[in-house]
This record gives sequence, structure tokens and C-alpha cells, in this order.
Amino acid sequence: MDLSPMRLSLETSFAATAVVTVTGTLAAGWRIRRRGAALELLDGFFLLPLVLPPTVVGFLLLLLLGRTSPLGGLLYELGARLVFSWPATVIAAAVTTFPLMYMTARAALEQVEGPLVEAARTLGASEGRIFREILLPLAWPGLAAGMVLTFARALGDFGATLILAGDIPGRTQTLPLAIFFAVESGDTAEAVRWSLVTVGISLAALGALNLWTRHRKGLAMRVVQQD
Amino acid sequence: MEFRAEFAVRRGAFRLNVALETKGERVGILGESGAGKTLTLRTVAGLERPERGRIEIDGSALYDSVHGINLPARERRAGFVFQNYALFPHRTVEENIGFGLGDLPRAEQDARVGALKERMHLGGLSGRYPRELSGGQQQRVALARALAGEPRILLLDEPLSALDFHLRGLVEKELLDSLAEYRGVTLYVSHSLEEVYRLCDVILVLAGGRVLASGPKEEIFRRPPSLEAARLTGCKNFSRARPAGNGMVEALDWGVMLRVAQPSAQAKHVAIRANHVAFADEPGGENVYSCTLAESTETPFRRTLYLRLPSGNGDGFHLQAEVPKDRWEQMRSRPEPWKVRLDPERLFVMAE
Repeated sequence: MDLSPMRLSLETSFAATAVVTVTGTLAAGWRIRRRGAALELLDGFFLLPLVLPPTVVGFLLLLLLGRTSPLGGLLYELGARLVFSWPATVIAAAVTTFPLMYMTARAALEQVEGPLVEAARTLGASEGRIFREILLPLAWPGLAAGMVLTFARALGDFGATLILAGDIPGRTQTLPLAIFFAVESGDTAEAVRWSLVTVGISLAALGALNLWTRHRKGLAMRVVQQD
Repeated sequence: MEFRAEFAVRRGAFRLNVALETKGERVGILGESGAGKTLTLRTVAGLERPERGRIEIDGSALYDSVHGINLPARERRAGFVFQNYALFPHRTVEENIGFGLGDLPRAEQDARVGALKERMHLGGLSGRYPRELSGGQQQRVALARALAGEPRILLLDEPLSALDFHLRGLVEKELLDSLAEYRGVTLYVSHSLEEVYRLCDVILVLAGGRVLASGPKEEIFRRPPSLEAARLTGCKNFSRARPAGNGMVEALDWGVMLRVAQPSAQAKHVAIRANHVAFADEPGGENVYSCTLAESTETPFRRTLYLRLPSGNGDGFHLQAEVPKDRWEQMRSRPEPWKVRLDPERLFVMAE
């Protein structure tokens, strides 16, 4: 039996989660210190992938990164063939899950903002040090929850992945794609098998989230008690 | 250490105008909620940006709108003790105290943290987390953390208000000892006039974003410059007044003529503090008038008497007097009317 859809899905989801955790958290950390109408617009842009149908996201990415676009052409010249390759599955999953991580990280970081950050400032800490030593550790439970959600959502992407990365078995065919094409070709047993695998991975992710939530509650209580 | 600040801050509809100068005396900033006390501290610390003005320590500017200077909070070397202490919950006592010392050599950091732990009686608590400390201990950690970087100015925002009432007296005593050893400028914010009086040398009275009075505490309490300042420093008895010549004023609401030690041709109000209202055994004498008791309330050690002057206007009481419990026990059996005496040295007149 070819296990490549499961392997690809896990690789893609972990890679996308890693990328989105870093970019989403940094974007949120940058954003919470700033106010302005232009930034509200930027927020809309950041959150767009959440409200657009994944097929539209995939298609827009294809337009942006395809060989005929300026960016895609440049990347092609440099030897990076993103479209219809494994990196495309990661890009598709990362873009569709970015809003989820961005929103969760923003909420988690904003909760820590206030006197603790101000105290650190009066003690001479740079903004970078405040981010690393105050915001990140105290927002960590919320960030971890965001990571789990991101992972689960990345695992399930179908539309954007199909359009940007195509359905190439062993290279871009992730679990949702494998299930769709198994059903289409009438191979119900295969579809059931992959579905069960997906359920298993999703349950594991949820279990991890649950553990985090419990841990977080404990931590939150300790912080509240101190106030 | 010389500290000078004069600035205007705007937060929505609220405007704050502060002018303040000190040569190292401890300054108490007194006012009700929303008077602008905390905003004043935050502006000095660099956590809020004023519209204009200048803030300087020993001649070097922290903020100057004319020269475009605005040092960020991290470069001001201002130690800030927040109302709820804002200790880092994921750091131990030792790490909290040493947080601002990252740039110093390790040995120097350890020496400073060690000395502060000793001084603040935090020796056995080094490895504890803030949540494992009592309110008083948290307050000492917050103060030690603020002092660790040897700040040029120490800003305390109601540092006792988060404590249980029974703890305050004790912690206040410790705080006074620590502040006495500190050689920089101290600004102490509180809404408790007694606390400010005990801990500070100079008082700044704020109301609605304006400075109502500032000066040595004895001065402010003995002769508040305005009605509002008198009220905020705890004075309870006021009467409209007009000058009557020869060191006398006519107290219009009380319907009596009073000799005052410091008369003023501009007298508009006359006032006396409740604990300065005295009682005479004999009728006659200067500033002695008969009165009746309208009502009285009890606190654990004192009795507050609400007195009516027959000559006064209106239906309510005219004077509020505070007497110790034992004095009250002597007085209560005596027949009314009593004789109230308003000491000319204790009365003060205000030109508004």
C-alpha cells in the first residue's frame, strides 16, 4: 500500500504550521503596538484567506506565482518551480491557515500587553527583549492553541492545494486529494482507509489542544491570583 | 538631585497640566480618582507622551517639546512601582529584581540583587514565584526591582492600595525605611491624605487635571490656598466670609464674628479642620459660641459630632468636630447648649 498521501499530508501540515507560527506570531507582535486606518486595511488583507473560498485562494496564488506573472517568472528564472510541486502544497496550506494563527496570536499577545510590558520598558528592556522574554512566554499557551488549530486546518486543505499544487501522486497528492480521487474512481475502500487516517490525525491534534487548554487554565489562574 | 517638570497631556477630553519642582524632597501627589495622578507618573516615566512641556533631572531633559527631545521609557532610568506591582509571573523573585540589570557583568548583578534582597528582607524568597508571595512581599519585590537599576527618579503609584487594610500600617513603615535610604527623587501618588502626609515632605494637590496647591506639607495642611485644596486635604468646615477689619471676619453661613490670626482683605471663605474644633468650659472669650448637637457618629477611637450654631443659616449642621472617645464620654452628660471654641490660630481664610 502506498502511504505517500499520509506522509505528504503530515509533512505539508508540519511545514505549513512551522511557517505560519513564525510569520503569524511576528505579524501579530508587530501589529499590536500600532494603530491606524491603513493597518485596519492590512488586517482585512491578512484575514482574507479565511473568508475566501479555498479555490479562490488557490487560484489567486496560481496567478501570483504562475510562470506568466512577474513574480512567478522571476522565481522560474531563479530555478524555483513552485507551482505543481511539494512546496506549492505548503504555500497553499500556509496561506489558508495564516489568518487563524494571526488572530489567535494577536489575542494571546494582547492579553499580556499592559503593566507587565510597561514595567519591562521602565526597567530598560528593548522591544525585542520584551517580545522574547515577556510576551512570548506569557502568551505561549494561546500560541500553542493557535498552532494546533493551524495544523488541523492545514491537514484539511483541498481547494487551494488542488489548484496550486495539482494532484500528482507521491508529490502533491495529500490525504484530502487522495480521498476525493478515490471516491471519484469508485475505490470506496481506499477512501474509507484515508478518511480513518485523517480522523486519527485530527483527533490526535485535538487531544494535544485539550492538554494545552488544561495547562493554560492552570497558568491563567496563577496569573489571576497574583493580581 | 533636582527634578523639574512642566507639561500638558491630553487623553481624549481629559487635559492634565502639571508644574512641579523638587530638590530631592519626597513629593506626594494627592487627589481623587481621575484627577490625573497616575497620568502624571506615567508621563514622567515616558509611558505617555505629553503635548508640550519639559521634564528634566539635574538639568538633563527627559522630554522637551521645544528641542524635540523625548527619551523612550527604557532610557529614562525611572523606577516605577505599579499599583498592582506588575511582577513578571513567570520569573522568580530573584529574576524579577534582576530583570533590568542585563547589561551589567554577572558579578555586579548578583551583588546588587543580593544587597536588595537583604535590605528588603526577601532573603529566603529568592526562588519563589510572585503568586507564592503575600501582598506585602510582592510590594517589596516590586520596590526592589524598581530600585535595582539605581534610578534617578522613583515613581510609586498607590503602592499600598492593593494591600489588605490591616497590613498597610506595617508595610507603610517598611516603605518609609526603604524610601529614606533612596537618594534620588521620589514621586508618591495616593488618594490617602494621611499616607501622603506621613511619607512625603512636599505635597502636590491635583483635581481635574490641574494643580490646586503645592508646597511643604505643613503649609498645605495649615493654610490650603483654595476651597478645593482645603476639601481635598480633609478639611470639613467651611463658611462664606467677608472681612470685618481689625483682624476679624464675619462668617456668613455660621452667623458669627471670628478673630483670625492671618486676616486677609480678600477673604471669601473661612474654614477650620474638624479635629481643631475645640470646646470651652466657660462662656465668653474669643471665638466662643454656643452650639447644640445635631447628630453624632462613631468610629472605633473617635466620635464625630455635627453641631448647630443658633445663629447659622439653614436646617442642617454647621460644624463638624472630631473628639477622642474619652473626651466624648466627659462631654455627653453635660447639658446643652455647649460652648464651641474656634481657635484663631487654627482658622484659615481663603480668597476664593
